[in-house]
Amino acid sequence: MRDLKKEDRLVSETISINDVHHIATLARLKFEETEAEKIKDDLNSILGYMEKLNELDTTNVKPTSHTLDIFTVTRPDETRPSLSNEEALANAPQAENAHFKVPKVIE
Amino acid sequence: MDILNSTLNTITSALESKELSSKELVQFYLDRIDKYDGEIQAYNHVNENAIKQAELIDSKRTKGEKLPKFAGVPIALKDLLITGGMPTTCSSKILEGFTPPFTGTAVKHVEDAGFITLGKLSMDEFAMGSSNENAAFKKTRNPWDTEKVPGGSSGGSAAAVAAGLAPVTLGSDTGGSIRQPASLCGVIGMKPTYGRVSRFGLVAFASSLDQIGPMGKSASDLASLLSIIVRHDVQDSTSAKVEQVDYTKALTGDVKGLKLGVPKEYFQTGLAPDVKKAVDEAIKQYEKLGCELVDISLPHTDYALATYYIIATAEASSNLGRYDGVRYGRRAEADNLRDMYYKSRTEGFGDEVKRRIMLGTYVLSAGYYDAYYIKAQKVRTLIKQDFVEAFKKVDAIICPASPTTAFKAGEKTSDPIQMYLSDIYTLSLNLFGGCGLSVPCGFDSDGMPIGVQLLGNYFEEGSILNLAYAFERETNLPKIPQNLKG
Repeated sequence: MRDLKKEDRLVSETISINDVHHIATLARLKFEETEAEKIKDDLNSILGYMEKLNELDTTNVKPTSHTLDIFTVTRPDETRPSLSNEEALANAPQAENAHFKVPKVIE
Repeated sequence: MDILNSTLNTITSALESKELSSKELVQFYLDRIDKYDGEIQAYNHVNENAIKQAELIDSKRTKGEKLPKFAGVPIALKDLLITGGMPTTCSSKILEGFTPPFTGTAVKHVEDAGFITLGKLSMDEFAMGSSNENAAFKKTRNPWDTEKVPGGSSGGSAAAVAAGLAPVTLGSDTGGSIRQPASLCGVIGMKPTYGRVSRFGLVAFASSLDQIGPMGKSASDLASLLSIIVRHDVQDSTSAKVEQVDYTKALTGDVKGLKLGVPKEYFQTGLAPDVKKAVDEAIKQYEKLGCELVDISLPHTDYALATYYIIATAEASSNLGRYDGVRYGRRAEADNLRDMYYKSRTEGFGDEVKRRIMLGTYVLSAGYYDAYYIKAQKVRTLIKQDFVEAFKKVDAIICPASPTTAFKAGEKTSDPIQMYLSDIYTLSLNLFGGCGLSVPCGFDSDGMPIGVQLLGNYFEEGSILNLAYAFERETNLPKIPQNLKG
């Protein structure tokens, strides 16, 4: 038997420094050790506060992702004006031959 | 004429009768920005073409051409509203130098109505914050006391109105970002119903909560501005398909017989005594105006903050994935693509934005998604249900907009939860999706403004604007500090 209905409870775990670096990797961010410590403490404090939600039994409650009853919106699949190549590239840090240019991907 | 204390209606009449030219009007505000914005720090960018645009309108008017209703009237915009040809930074280093190639829908409507954009207003970076201290460029201060914060995240939009640096502004509200700074700066600001104003061209923070809204000095100005930006938009799939409304017609001042709900959860610990006193007096005023007061309960109020910060950060971490240094914005030098992502994002985002991306990434990550994100969405259902039940009994809800008046800069920056608590009275409404506004109702013992909040059901913008209008007629509070009137 499971001791926690996992889908209905926040998991009380403390975030470690390794967790911080793992999450940072997922988010493509990097933290120096002192910053990572601060982030770790902040996250643990905020997540601790969020455990308050465990007081509520939500087993039979449907989740709300959107407040209004808006259904899938469709439109005719017609060609419409869009940005020109020049406009789309105007803010590119680097562009070449009508493309965005990035540093080498494959060694 | 007394431009500072004129409504948009008075200003447009003066322009139409040629008592005032648009150039004079725009110059009046540009001069004030020159004089006061060094101290207030509201503007990220001032439109260098504003005078030319005003001259063009004046010459068209002289020729007798037909002009849109607000032709030549200045407005200023929160710097997360996409403006074609004018920088849009979201007060973030990652978007420094970004000039969008298109204009968002709400801004387009404002331009089509004839408004001239004075410039772009500072905000907490990517709308994350309650004090404007998370801005990368201009840390806007409160016009009533420049030692204090203006609130946030639409701090620039609120301060610009309060300092008389723009007659009206647009802001955005994800968890209180219009209503809380409106309260702290003594101006009126509204978050419309979710889906009411198109989000196309509003840089996304939390897509299921974000909404553009108007800020100004009077309910009448808010009604005028809201009527312009409320349109269905095919470019936003969450845009509500409802009729366009002229909200100025809703301002009758007659509120007799309306049922006002007073939620007990909004008057408990943490509410500053001066704020409580002013809001209690506002409630008494409504009773005098003929409203019926009804004690109500929104039982899940205490869970709103935790719910909000799970949902909002989850959505933010996903939305902010687009800032990668490839197509626009800041790019850091790096030898390979992966390092370029890491460096561009790490150098480009500020501390609070990183904190929220980290939190959002965590609650969405494998193993935690159900426990945090789905759990929060379920509690959101309960919070929404509280409001649905309440609005079966009452026409509107009255409560404080902020637990305190403006606090000193630096006072809450070290403790994220203390800062998050600034939005305790505003963020439930975003989870529900209805409309709400903060209207000035008094000052604390230090002379700092206090706002009272009116919350309405879905698409009831007209009724809460009318409630604010009726209240304003009785109170007539100063909107601009004495020392900024010169």
